[in-house]
Amino acid sequence: MAEYKEISPNASAGEKLLNWVDNRFPASKLYKEHLSEYYAPKNFNFWYFFGSLAMLVLVIQIVTGIFLVMHYKPDATLAFASVEYIMRDVPWGWLVRYMHSTGASAFFIVVYLHMFRGLLYGSYRKPRELVWIFGCAIFLCLMAEAFMGYLLPWGQMSYWGAQVIVNLFSAIPFVGPDLALLIRGDYVVSDATLNRFFSFHVIAVPLVLLGLVAAHIIALHEVGSNNPDGVEIKGPKAPRDANGHPLDGIPFHPYYTVHDILGVSVFLMVFTAVIFFAPEAGGYFLEYNNFIPADPFKTPNHIAPVWYFTPFYSMLRAITGEMMYALIACVAAGAFFGAVKSKLPGFLKAGVVGAAVVVIALMLSIDAKFWGVVVMGGAVVILFFLPWLDQSPVKSIRYRPSWHKYLYAVFVVVFVVLAYLGVQPPSPIGERVSQVGTLFYFGFFLLMPWWSQIGETKPVPDRVTFAAH
Amino acid sequence: MKKLANLGFARHLIVGLAMAVGLVAGVQANEGGVAWDKAPNKTNDLAALQNGAKIFVNYCLNCHSAAFMRFNRLKDIGLTEQQIKDNLLFTTEKVGDTMKAAIDPKQAKEWFGANPPDLTVIARSRAGHGGTGADYLYTYMRTFYRDETKATGWNNLVFPSVGMPHVLWELQGARRPVYEETEEHGHKVEVFKGWEQLTPGTMTPLQYDQAVGDLVAYLQWMGEPAQNTRVRVGVGVLIFLAFFTLIAWRLNAAYWKDVK
Repeated sequence: MAEYKEISPNASAGEKLLNWVDNRFPASKLYKEHLSEYYAPKNFNFWYFFGSLAMLVLVIQIVTGIFLVMHYKPDATLAFASVEYIMRDVPWGWLVRYMHSTGASAFFIVVYLHMFRGLLYGSYRKPRELVWIFGCAIFLCLMAEAFMGYLLPWGQMSYWGAQVIVNLFSAIPFVGPDLALLIRGDYVVSDATLNRFFSFHVIAVPLVLLGLVAAHIIALHEVGSNNPDGVEIKGPKAPRDANGHPLDGIPFHPYYTVHDILGVSVFLMVFTAVIFFAPEAGGYFLEYNNFIPADPFKTPNHIAPVWYFTPFYSMLRAITGEMMYALIACVAAGAFFGAVKSKLPGFLKAGVVGAAVVVIALMLSIDAKFWGVVVMGGAVVILFFLPWLDQSPVKSIRYRPSWHKYLYAVFVVVFVVLAYLGVQPPSPIGERVSQVGTLFYFGFFLLMPWWSQIGETKPVPDRVTFAAH
Repeated sequence: MKKLANLGFARHLIVGLAMAVGLVAGVQANEGGVAWDKAPNKTNDLAALQNGAKIFVNYCLNCHSAAFMRFNRLKDIGLTEQQIKDNLLFTTEKVGDTMKAAIDPKQAKEWFGANPPDLTVIARSRAGHGGTGADYLYTYMRTFYRDETKATGWNNLVFPSVGMPHVLWELQGARRPVYEETEEHGHKVEVFKGWEQLTPGTMTPLQYDQAVGDLVAYLQWMGEPAQNTRVRVGVGVLIFLAFFTLIAWRLNAAYWKDVK
């Protein structure tokens, strides 16, 4: 227990109250540790706005969500009508609903940029592996949250999107059909599905999400923020002032709070411009088909997930019977290098070859649809391993070989092209392009232990580069 | 020689890419038959909206519902409660009721083969690559034509084999599309050339287009009655945020001038 602090009888009522609280709850201590004396590097750039913005969007989603639940009816016969009721009869209901629907897309935009920042500056490298892993878990939760939330308006796209995605689970050998049944609670997407998705969307996933966000921030404040130079400002060799505070760090509050308020105000201008002037965002944030009530007897011509899932959806569609041969060739090549070129001990080499033979046998015997699901899931899961895949001697892209920048640029282009193709109806050319894109995406990560070590790095400075404003 | 070969590859690549883009674009353009006409934008024109509401209640509401739209919401387009009661309601309805079709849904299904869809948000749901939902509806309501091979005697250019007969035929009269055969890429295609008026309607083509424009404006407004409020509030919010950003910018600069 902390020492009980007496306060002078002449202190103001406010100080007395704070002292009373501090003797019972670490209010001042938390405030100092996480705000006024949390030292963050002073050289944050544009990319560092998106963490606080993700937090803002999370709050927007929770608050608007609370108000939506007051009027929404999780019932297959009433759901669509209750959303229209919110849009028409609930005072300012349209605003709350548009904030929530735009917020979903904004969340993904902000989080994708936040993750890309981590990629650029090696923010996942030691000692920040857990910060990154909690972040990846948040991303997974966010995908679950968005997927289940999208069923709730009970439009055609809601219904058939859920139908398609839940059916994917039935491709898993042995347990698949039962698993899909468990998720749906019925043989098709129905009222039972709507009710359980509602429950998960409004309470189960948000609880996990909030816990993970807390863990993400606690872990971050434990190890300290990375920065665009990838230099440790609190390391043993880092310069400190007379009080022991890092010279390259500044207190989060007030410096980064005022900084983030600027970021928030610019973000809100874009966010509200969409809400008030283009809430459908050309059919990308609110799909046109979703203004038709769900009809289990009428399959739409073209079912596409919302834009933020489409890169992964493209990878799923890329896995055709033909593509399986390419994947088998990749596994065989990997086994060959493991067995012939590596310096592994003999029994491990045998293990690599044995495992490859088993995997290839499975790839030949199980339907490509299942491997599509594996690839789609793997595309997200692989992110968790990034801290150990990256073997570059330096953290930040600034001090890596120049060609790394081009490689990251190509990675972004591939991701965007995959996203675009996922929105489009399937076509033979699109299929080929998405197959190449899928191979590139996985190659980027799986070969990272090798390519990240190639080339000459630039000298990393002792202190962060910062020009006073 | 090697350089030439490389150039050849690059040319193939560029041609291939261009073809890929062309193919994708071509597939999209072909969706939905004829090109959609641009609907006039009249969602701020109260007279047009009121006229559209009148046409909607008189012609559409017999078979279609607008089950999420309340009659008294029409106050937003300048009608009084008394006007709504006197002109637009059946005697049994109340102004707070939603717009329900006069027809029994079971009978409708028997007559038209499908339940006429609810029209509350029809203008939002029909948008696509061809244009906005209003563009689709504006084209749809103006491209009905006589077709004796169909059960209703009517067909439609943007919605082939449509179940709905031409409800506004008295206004527009009966028409027939005229096609011209042309050759494209070696095979013959029929290209839509224009209309032939079979029987005159009570309106001239110009008046009819205007009436349909009013109706579509109403449908567009009914799809989201808050849309004009939304834009108005949005302008205010953005002006506020612009000032707020200015203050945030100066506040940030004031604090950060100490950071060396």
